[in-house]
Amino acid sequence: MPAPAPVPTRRGPAPVSRALDVLAAVGYGTRFFLRLCGLGLASLRRPRLAIDQVHFIGNYSLSIVLVSGLLIGFVLGLQGYYTLRRYGSEEALGLLVTLSLVRELGPVVTALLLAGRAGTSLTAEVGLMKAGEQIDAMEMMAVDPVARVLAPRFIAAVLCVPLLAALFSAMGVLGGYLVGVQGIGVDAGSFWAQMQGGVDWLADVGNGVLKSIVFGFTIAFTALYVGYHAAPTPEGVSRATTTTVVVASLAVLGLDFILTALMFSTE
Amino acid sequence: MVDVWVGLFVLLGFGALVFLAVRAGNMSSAVGLGETYEASARFDNIGGLKPRAAVRSAGVVVGRVRDIRFDDKTYQALVTMNLDARYKFPKDSSAKIMTSGLLGEQYIGLEPGGDEKMLAAGDVINMTQSAVVLENLIGQFLYGKAAEGGNGGAGK
Repeated sequence: MPAPAPVPTRRGPAPVSRALDVLAAVGYGTRFFLRLCGLGLASLRRPRLAIDQVHFIGNYSLSIVLVSGLLIGFVLGLQGYYTLRRYGSEEALGLLVTLSLVRELGPVVTALLLAGRAGTSLTAEVGLMKAGEQIDAMEMMAVDPVARVLAPRFIAAVLCVPLLAALFSAMGVLGGYLVGVQGIGVDAGSFWAQMQGGVDWLADVGNGVLKSIVFGFTIAFTALYVGYHAAPTPEGVSRATTTTVVVASLAVLGLDFILTALMFSTE
Repeated sequence: MVDVWVGLFVLLGFGALVFLAVRAGNMSSAVGLGETYEASARFDNIGGLKPRAAVRSAGVVVGRVRDIRFDDKTYQALVTMNLDARYKFPKDSSAKIMTSGLLGEQYIGLEPGGDEKMLAAGDVINMTQSAVVLENLIGQFLYGKAAEGGNGGAGK
């Protein structure tokens, strides 16, 4: 698939051709995304490549995700307790911690962590393959680099993000429990009972998972697109890595706002 | 070897999901009611009752509210409940809308009557007591106070 062809010659006044450039870029990006989705599904038929990538993206991110989840749970437990104590409802601590985690912090913080931890390495890897002319070599051998290199990484990242977000939230709940119940002394029974009374498994947990799936697509697409179109120089690769983090993080936060408005506005 | 680690990771992830849904969320109670039968009740005012709110008898959850609708024949709220099939209630049981705590969630309290016949699927509970609406309560209180004050003033 060729890079977006610059719109040939001026088709009119400057604003028009610039608008056409933007349209062409959006169209090319969409086609690239759909192609990644299709080839990603196709690459599951030869799962070895995808499994290796799940190992690289998922397993190697486990430590950072689990530890951050636990720490965020600690902090939520403490902060939540100090705030709830003013209203005499410390028992709602479990509910507060869990709702914040499954609705927002789990999907979002995991996505931000992964944009930094896995997104950058995907971009750098693909960018360096391009700089080292490995991508060109594949094309010469009639191997489609998008199918062989990008698609397994794409599908693996999309699969990993929701699982890591779930692990993050679970560790956070555990962290909140440790600080709230074991540390401060909130009653364990009401901690869990209020949580189960207030957290809906479909509306809260399910929507959280849906969010993290969307974020998985966002991060994977950004990282691979930017890496694949990096300038094939050391400077280009380093710039692409930075772009991945910035764009993926902003896209995740922006999408999060839209998704939250859509999912949780009608209670 | 990679497979083992990846498998472990995937299992851990799904384990965390199940933990969130069942232990932290309410999946166990939403799904775990087992067999249920349906009964309904009409209320003049349901206050803030929501679908999936608990139905309790003697404080024990015996069912869930399935559906709340407005009946424009009687101008009442028609609440459909799923009651656990393990528990039978007399036909003349009464339903009340109660609040857990001062500002807590609302639920339906079921008080068994003395009838020999038991509620069957599709039956309607006739004796109901509406939710206590705080605004009405305050209104009555103020009205009472004002009437008292007025009488006092007239007496002087």
